[in-house]
Amino acid sequence: MAGKARPASDVPAWLVGMPLSYWVVGIVLLFMPVLANDFVLFQILGWSFILGMIALSLMFLGGYGGMVSLAQMSIAALAGYMVAILGTSGVQAISLHWPWWLYVPVAIIVAAIFATMIGALAVRTEGIYTIMITLAIAAAFFYFTRQNYTIFNGYSGFANVVPPELFGINWRRPIPFYYLALFCAAISYLVVVYVSRSPFGLALQGVRDNPRRMAALGFNVVMHRVVAYTFASVIAAVAGILLVWQNAQISPGTAGLPAVIDILVIAIVGGLARPIGPFIGALIYVLLRTFSPDVLLTLGLPGDRFKLMIGLGFLAVVYWSPDGVLGLWDRWRTHRRKAADPLTGQGGAP
Amino acid sequence: MSLLEARRNIGDMLGAAGTGNALELRGVTRMFGALAALTDVTLSVKSGERRAVLGSNGAGKTTLFNCVTGDFLPTSGTIRLFGEDVTKFPPYERIRRGLRRTYQISLLFNGLSVLDNVYLACRGVSRGRYSLIRPRRNDALMQSAFELIEAVHLGEVAETKVAELSYGQQRQLEIALALAGAPRFILFDEPAAGLSPTERSELVQILTSLPRHIGYIIIEHDMDVALRVADSVSMMHNGRIFKEGLPSEIENDPEVQQLYLGGGHG
Repeated sequence: MAGKARPASDVPAWLVGMPLSYWVVGIVLLFMPVLANDFVLFQILGWSFILGMIALSLMFLGGYGGMVSLAQMSIAALAGYMVAILGTSGVQAISLHWPWWLYVPVAIIVAAIFATMIGALAVRTEGIYTIMITLAIAAAFFYFTRQNYTIFNGYSGFANVVPPELFGINWRRPIPFYYLALFCAAISYLVVVYVSRSPFGLALQGVRDNPRRMAALGFNVVMHRVVAYTFASVIAAVAGILLVWQNAQISPGTAGLPAVIDILVIAIVGGLARPIGPFIGALIYVLLRTFSPDVLLTLGLPGDRFKLMIGLGFLAVVYWSPDGVLGLWDRWRTHRRKAADPLTGQGGAP
Repeated sequence: MSLLEARRNIGDMLGAAGTGNALELRGVTRMFGALAALTDVTLSVKSGERRAVLGSNGAGKTTLFNCVTGDFLPTSGTIRLFGEDVTKFPPYERIRRGLRRTYQISLLFNGLSVLDNVYLACRGVSRGRYSLIRPRRNDALMQSAFELIEAVHLGEVAETKVAELSYGQQRQLEIALALAGAPRFILFDEPAAGLSPTERSELVQILTSLPRHIGYIIIEHDMDVALRVADSVSMMHNGRIFKEGLPSEIENDPEVQQLYLGGGHG
């Protein structure tokens, strides 16, 4: 087959075709350490990237696969636990002191196996039952880690879990950690965008829209769904490892039911339609969670009612825009385009 | 020589070599509760044979298709595909053995483009279903997707979302999906339903120009279409096959005219 070769060019097509907004966001994120202080880098943005990645793994399953899994936080936490158990922590009796290049991949693999088992259980159910099964697994994981002392060190969990001093850098310092989290988040985002148009991703969307037809095209629908759980778990596992390094500790509360539900809230508030949604949702969540106590105190209300703010925010988004902030944004853009005169193309955008 | 031609030639050789039955049903019964949708259906279709299944609404024609593809398991009886007992096989295993089907009401992926739909169909019957690498324009499977789209006259709307296609175009896409890969036996479920006369003759042209080794069963209410594209005809009524014959015999059979044409010739 003699396909016509594209004219040779120094710059790849995808780079030329990238919208301006991507460039702006990319450059701002890269130079953020110049603009922001350590608190914003570490606590606000670092944490947003991590929660965004866990919510991204839910977005991949929910948005492309039509499967809402509440177990993604538990999968992330299992990877975090593996880092504490296999690597180094304050609990000398349990931790095995493996080197980082061994415990990081093993942690991801263990989390992926766990997720595959969850998937195998959950994919034969639909809609509300998938949510129920994964919620039950998340609850079981929480209680198991709290009651098991031989492996998970029960109620107190593990403290002093720090990242390795690779290249002589302390990766828990705000600027290195910011770049580490940014790197992982950006890679996860790009991988999900890329995979969504791969045979696996396209077929997953086909399974979401029409499982019966997919089977009639030769696809093993059940297996495809299970593999989607495995794939999504890798992103959640990487985020879980970052999370334990950021907090320097992990305990059952990391994947307690409130945390499990927060991931759902983040994904829904951001929007399940595109991979950027979870990161927007995570940033909103972290900002609300960090600053709402101050706002509440200013208003003369007790500061520990920040959950009320998050709840109200969630309610508002779900009420006015069931497809999240992304949906709000899309509607605003369509509206602006429609406002333009169809003949002259003018008068819409200011 | 294009890929499609090469595949057809190999297929023709295989078809000529295979003397057995493409599809063989023995005593297939399917119950829905107390209702028998199919009762003791025995049917064999030779390799490369084209069979029309006629019958009134509710005669069990679509249930027959659903049992053959594996959407439903038969309550009793056996189904053999190319000599192999596939009675208990899941649908995708039967599809990978060369069976295809179209649906009476189009089951397409409305959020995806025409090209994506056909590409998925091509991917479904080849390896790399779990591939994470995006296909490129000049990949072999992408090329066969383009060829199929041209073959059903949808070249101009290849990048259009399925939801934006006309009804007739969706029916054509439905056929393209069934022709993906190397089909050996196809089940067409009322492909002409709702088509204009022009579209109907296009459909007849597509069906009659299929390579001879590809056999099919076609459910069709339009006798004109059915008898032009079929080598033989089976008549169904109340979940049973009560008559088989050549198109000319069936057309002139008084019992058939009574039942199916409502005595229109009388």
